[in-house]
Amino acid sequence: MSKEPVKNAFRGDLVQVHKVILTPEQRPEDIPACTKSVPYEAWIKGFLLDDEARIGDTVRIETFIGRQLAGTLVEVNPMYTHHFGKPQPALLSAGMEAKKRIKRGRAGHEE
Amino acid sequence: MKNDVSYPSVMSRKNETLRRSVGIDYQEFEISPIAFDYEGLMNCCGYSLPDVQKIQTETGVGNTPLVELKNITELVRSISAPGKGGCIFIKDEKACPSGSFKDRRASLSVYHAARLGYKGVVAATSGNYGAAVASQAAKYGLKAIILQEVYDSHKVGQPEILEKTRACEAYGAEVWQLTVGPELFYIMLRILEETGFFSTSLYIPTSVLGIETLGYELAQQVMEREGRFPDMVVIAHAGGGNVTGTARGLQKAGSRKTMVVGASVDLRGLHMASDYDFNRKSFTTAHSGFGMPFLTWPDRTDVPRNVARGLRYLDRYVLVSQGEVFYATELLAKLEGLERGPAGNTSLAAAIPLAQELDRDQLLVVQETEYTAAGKLPSSQLTFAEENGVEVRRGDPKDNVPGRVIVIPERVEQIRVEDFDLDEIRRSYVRRTIETTGVPQPKEEDILFMAEDSRSSVEFIRKTLSSLDIETPA
Repeated sequence: MSKEPVKNAFRGDLVQVHKVILTPEQRPEDIPACTKSVPYEAWIKGFLLDDEARIGDTVRIETFIGRQLAGTLVEVNPMYTHHFGKPQPALLSAGMEAKKRIKRGRAGHEE
Repeated sequence: MKNDVSYPSVMSRKNETLRRSVGIDYQEFEISPIAFDYEGLMNCCGYSLPDVQKIQTETGVGNTPLVELKNITELVRSISAPGKGGCIFIKDEKACPSGSFKDRRASLSVYHAARLGYKGVVAATSGNYGAAVASQAAKYGLKAIILQEVYDSHKVGQPEILEKTRACEAYGAEVWQLTVGPELFYIMLRILEETGFFSTSLYIPTSVLGIETLGYELAQQVMEREGRFPDMVVIAHAGGGNVTGTARGLQKAGSRKTMVVGASVDLRGLHMASDYDFNRKSFTTAHSGFGMPFLTWPDRTDVPRNVARGLRYLDRYVLVSQGEVFYATELLAKLEGLERGPAGNTSLAAAIPLAQELDRDQLLVVQETEYTAAGKLPSSQLTFAEENGVEVRRGDPKDNVPGRVIVIPERVEQIRVEDFDLDEIRRSYVRRTIETTGVPQPKEEDILFMAEDSRSSVEFIRKTLSSLDIETPA
């Protein structure tokens, strides 16, 4: 985090803030150990209400429904990073085979 | 709000917070710690089926096409025994405003919230339901807050859920992207306290009533087209609402002999609250991690009494593997020209072997599809699986290991369903009911309720109780 170039955000910028909702100690006991050993965290987007802020600052935002929240500034207008993935040869060949089978069936051939 | 927001404190105010946020006094319907007035609770908001249809039509929800899957049916018949291979139809729920049947659930609840004067709605969901609530809230001018379990502790997000974040934000919701954990319920309660908004829980009466139109519509569409009701309807099963609402709608249409089959993706062995297991799943809904616990203990939810009670309606419950669902998704695109989201095709995968059991003149309806987009399609979900150390290969799906190997079938014949013994589930239901309520000796009314709630008989419940060494009234 500290190696990232410092970016400034200004009032009205769309930003994302981070909050630790519960520390590991505050989490309930009856959850798997790997879950209990890490904090319970949240990320929320909204428009910056502070005049100017740096990544890592505690800031206030106004969310898309007009609520005001505080959190640690983590990013300015983060990218939606989910994607279409790679074409899956295992599936594409399955589709082609099924098509051929129907064609063969229609031509009256035995499978 | 000056309330103490520590975990124990918020949880201790749970009942009060929920009562305020759903506008229902559940106490009114309680008969005993075990029994409650199910139909009374179901009808407490005063909406009839025609009311629901009218409300849904106003926001463009429902009236989705029923499509005959002619090529898939032909493929199934080519591998069926002589005279076998039922005709497969699919209800294209993708045509709902936000792209899934969840609009039906959200539409009535959000309408109801607006009618009661709430300023906003809150839903804790990582699935299509969030987008549905956000979309309906936009139509009624309400504010929406959607809480999603998205990331593991390394901030690696499930692609399918990241897409839901995007969709919810596109509809104008405030989205909380959270890490793995059951504390989703805690943060929901906290936000309900802070805002005074309505909880659009998946398990309140309006949410399930909203799905009745789906069962009703599909029965009518099949009747109009074929002059008879469907013989079998296959329904993706997670929390039980989809099965419950659809089956009730079928009954209201008069389609009483239709076999109701629930289908879930097999994710046995993966812990739903595990930070490690979280990203080793390729399905975030309609899987056994929800399906089984909800059947054996429906009241495990965010409301005191869950009206989504699958065991009341299921004739059969089957599991399919992740690879089989991806394969079915590919068939639907390549053979029928319908590119749809994988999770919605859980019931289609199950329909392929199930149709082989039916006679050629019998009719099977796959009851939903869902929209597809970046993040929620086989290419992105399988790419993600491989990135998280899950092996993806062609082979026999019986070699599928949830979280370790996804096997794409080599041939359509290899798609099978694994039947879950419903009597076994019913016995677990009785055991869980006794354990969670702590009732040492159930009364006659409790036995009657459990018989009805598990769709078994008084004799079955008595026998199960006696096998647990629990005395029953003579």
